[in-house]
Amino acid sequence: MIGIVSYGTYIPRFRIKVEEIARIWGENPEAIKNSLGVFEKSVPDLDEDTATMAVEAGREALQRSNIPPEKIGAIFVGSESHPYAVKPTATIVGEALGVGNYYYCADLEFACKAGTAGMQFCYAMVRSGMIEYGMSIGSDTAQSKPGDALEYTAGAGACAIIIGKDPIAEIEATVSYTSDTPDFWRRDLQPYPSHGGRFTGAPAYFRHVVSAAKKLMEICGYSEKDFDYAVFHQPNAKFPQRVAGILGFGEEKIADGMLVRAIGNTYSAASLLGLAGILDVAKPDQRILLVSFGSGAGSDAFAIRVTEKILSYPRNTKVWEKVKNRVYLDYALYLKHKRMIK
Amino acid sequence: MVPLFWRKIKYRYDVVGSYCEKCGSYYYPKRELCPKCRRKGKLRDERFPDEGRVLSYTIVNGKIIAMIGLNNGARTLAEVCAEKVEIGTRVKKVFRRYGEDGDEGIIYYGTKFVPVC
Repeated sequence: MIGIVSYGTYIPRFRIKVEEIARIWGENPEAIKNSLGVFEKSVPDLDEDTATMAVEAGREALQRSNIPPEKIGAIFVGSESHPYAVKPTATIVGEALGVGNYYYCADLEFACKAGTAGMQFCYAMVRSGMIEYGMSIGSDTAQSKPGDALEYTAGAGACAIIIGKDPIAEIEATVSYTSDTPDFWRRDLQPYPSHGGRFTGAPAYFRHVVSAAKKLMEICGYSEKDFDYAVFHQPNAKFPQRVAGILGFGEEKIADGMLVRAIGNTYSAASLLGLAGILDVAKPDQRILLVSFGSGAGSDAFAIRVTEKILSYPRNTKVWEKVKNRVYLDYALYLKHKRMIK
Repeated sequence: MVPLFWRKIKYRYDVVGSYCEKCGSYYYPKRELCPKCRRKGKLRDERFPDEGRVLSYTIVNGKIIAMIGLNNGARTLAEVCAEKVEIGTRVKKVFRRYGEDGDEGIIYYGTKFVPVC
């Protein structure tokens, strides 16, 4: 049985409210909160970036599992905000975690789904016997152009997943749906991403998430009734709510994973942090549907069954508790934290 | 600058210091020689505890620089990422940026501390 043997999360403690961003651009905060379902977003500290958050999440995952660091045979860091254009974040993470030098390592980029792509790599490597344990981390300090709609949601956070045998949550099956869909992109050397506005909806997010979820259920012979929880990529709160409705999941099945309302879209970390919110409360034999989405575009779907091992697994501090530890910034300090002013 | 930083990665990314097997003393940063045992000492690298207490601190350019007594008795000077600390505040290690060598150079990472909630 192969699956998730441990997980760790990291959310920076700084926040900016939708009201504060709307104040700068003369927009109506109530209308924005209503249309996005997001109230505030997380902002990194002045000395935090994708690598530092990935290390913190990775350390928590290792600590909770008691796996000796040198047994981690692969590290993948998925992000669209790697600190270097050339020089892997995952090497910095591996060094800080003390995994030694004999490990497979690469950075991944697939907009918001690179973290789940890394999980699939680790799953395949454990299953083939290449490694005993593999770690995939989704970590992002999401960039957004001042004044762009993305500015209300582009957050920061990280989630590390360790894949191995004898798991707390078995990966029963995983499948991906991929196509060339230019809904969101960032050209080389550009500081901020561009997007297709409303084009990011039906042909991008909804088509890929629904297609991957349906294919997974077809492969496993499951229907939505077989899942106790569902977590979808969350660029805002409205998209996952709507896709849950399309697939037949009620609000109660997605509520524990809806971190987007409190921390915004943490890109590569978003669906994984949502999964962590559910694993924090899940009971043995419950089944979770995880579907990520990365612009460009693709979705990775997983059927995950929680095992008895979760009862003896230390789940504190829970991710929703971490959300509560926060300090609010005004817009000027927000710009400084995002290194837009130095 | 690059080799200078690279040589210290092991000791900065995590709190790895020296332990003298002869007299049981801990030192951070790493030492080549135990000042108590001199040539008779036997030093080896050891990963130090994640937590400690603020023994004293000062504020330099808005940053809190603290003398931290780690749980094994070793002392280290490090930045504490917080609005304020007090003598006795419990702190734990975190991985942060130290700085960067301009827009084109390498990024320096290392250990800082935050108060334990």
